[in-house]
Amino acid sequence: MMNVIPKGTWVEIERVLLQPGDRAPNLPEETRICPYVLRISGFLQEDAELGAQVTVHSLIGHAHQGALKVVNPGYSHSFGTTVPELLHIGVRP
Amino acid sequence: MKDMSYQAVMGRRNEIMKASLGIDFTDYIQSPIAFDYERMMRETGYALEDIVRIQAETKVGNTPLFELTNLTEAVRAFAGPGKGARILVKDEAANAGGSFKARRAAISAFEAKKRGYAGLVAATSGNYGAAVASQAAMRGLKCIIVQEVFDSRGVGQPEILEKSRACEAYGAEVQRLSVGPELFFQLLLTLETTGFFNASLYTPFGIKGVETLGVEVAEQVRARYGQDPDAVVITHAGGGNLTGTARGLIAAGSTGTRVVACSVDLGGLHMASDTDFNRKSFTTGHTGFGVPFATWPDRVDVPRNAARSLRYMDEYQLVTQGEVFYVTELLAKLEGLERGPAGNTSLTAAVTLARAMDRDQIVVVQETEYTGAGKHHNRQLSFARENGIEVRVGDPRENVPGRVIVIPERLEQVRGSVQDMDKLRLSYLRNAAKAHPIPLWSDADRAFLAADLKKDLDWVAQAAATL
Repeated sequence: MMNVIPKGTWVEIERVLLQPGDRAPNLPEETRICPYVLRISGFLQEDAELGAQVTVHSLIGHAHQGALKVVNPGYSHSFGTTVPELLHIGVRP
Repeated sequence: MKDMSYQAVMGRRNEIMKASLGIDFTDYIQSPIAFDYERMMRETGYALEDIVRIQAETKVGNTPLFELTNLTEAVRAFAGPGKGARILVKDEAANAGGSFKARRAAISAFEAKKRGYAGLVAATSGNYGAAVASQAAMRGLKCIIVQEVFDSRGVGQPEILEKSRACEAYGAEVQRLSVGPELFFQLLLTLETTGFFNASLYTPFGIKGVETLGVEVAEQVRARYGQDPDAVVITHAGGGNLTGTARGLIAAGSTGTRVVACSVDLGGLHMASDTDFNRKSFTTGHTGFGVPFATWPDRVDVPRNAARSLRYMDEYQLVTQGEVFYVTELLAKLEGLERGPAGNTSLTAAVTLARAMDRDQIVVVQETEYTGAGKHHNRQLSFARENGIEVRVGDPRENVPGRVIVIPERLEQVRGSVQDMDKLRLSYLRNAAKAHPIPLWSDADRAFLAADLKKDLDWVAQAAATL
């Protein structure tokens, strides 16, 4: 039984906008060899499995197509681990 | 079905721009170099008092001006006798959206609403995204933000991830893209398929909106100290902050105020490089934008850029990443203000300026920005370390962009470095000569170049002869 993600779920999709050969001229080599990729979040428009080609509707209701990558994408960025080199600054003994 | 290939979309850029902006730039353009800049600014139809009113409707402007007494004292402790100007900061983080960029976004959102557009599109990885999304929310408009966010490993700059979050919090669609200048291609495609308004950073609306910031600085300083600010320091990226603020100072009659630009030195890092992308600990306010935009403003998403920083700039300072992070930490510790490091770039230059200025003089830092997870200097430094960059305490002159970030041991080591303005002006002239060969320059071209470089006709003639 495959894991089906129900229609209406908030998901993230990914789509290649430009293949390496179609990219802008004069790119550095390390960028030119990569595809140009879009990621966007939206509400899933049909039941689907991870990796399937799907349609989502963004927060403003626009349709976008792409491969289903993440279910319920969140924000994982943080303040980071403590950087000890900052701790001496402005501390009055 | 229209051709949606890179070349085809780029080929339609002029018609897409015209439909999404409603400004016919051909009315103003005189040659590949010259255009009637002041008439273009005037014909936006917005007087200063209109802008103040529009901004007040959507929680923008009239931000507090704080004197940083403890930081000023800290600078006076090592400045020479009689030296150490008062350092003031304009707390632009108090605007809806968390930065001065709300001033720019407010006018675009108002204009889009007035002209019946259903929504706004902006291509930006900076604070402007949150500003446009926030203003769109209040005007009942839809909003799409197109961002360069992650490299080919899928790793995103924490500072930009936070701005993605903020834009979605304000209800925007966020298109997150991998590294590359094709952001512009995706912007055009999005403008064409949605028919939305182009909230470009570089339209006359975007620049007019910042003029209120310069006016407020002049008026608040005068009201409190009975004098004009001696210097205003402005973080310099695309040039709109400096251009708008300087125009506002002039509008308020503060014509003797020195306008100082400041960027973080990211020399040597390629802006379109997939591998350099995550070796930058700054995503804005750095030389990757500051220098190319100063030396050729017309490299943007509109036919002529209303942000023309060399027209208004008196001095250009570069600072290191480590110096900015030091001063950002110090602002929190000494002044109780935790603000984002990108906005504090100019605060860093203010320290250097204040130590050389007299005690009865005033230097104003004209912005702060909000901070939080991802946008915090602790995150930017820990991210740098995760990406193989050496972080250590020492002499900031040993800083190497993309390789070593050196946090100063003490404030006295925050020195920055002054750029050669004439070198920048010559670089601009070289770009102008590429766009329009020197033998074809008319009197109008030479007059435009002189105004754009804050120099006279003789200087332009002599400099052009050396190219």
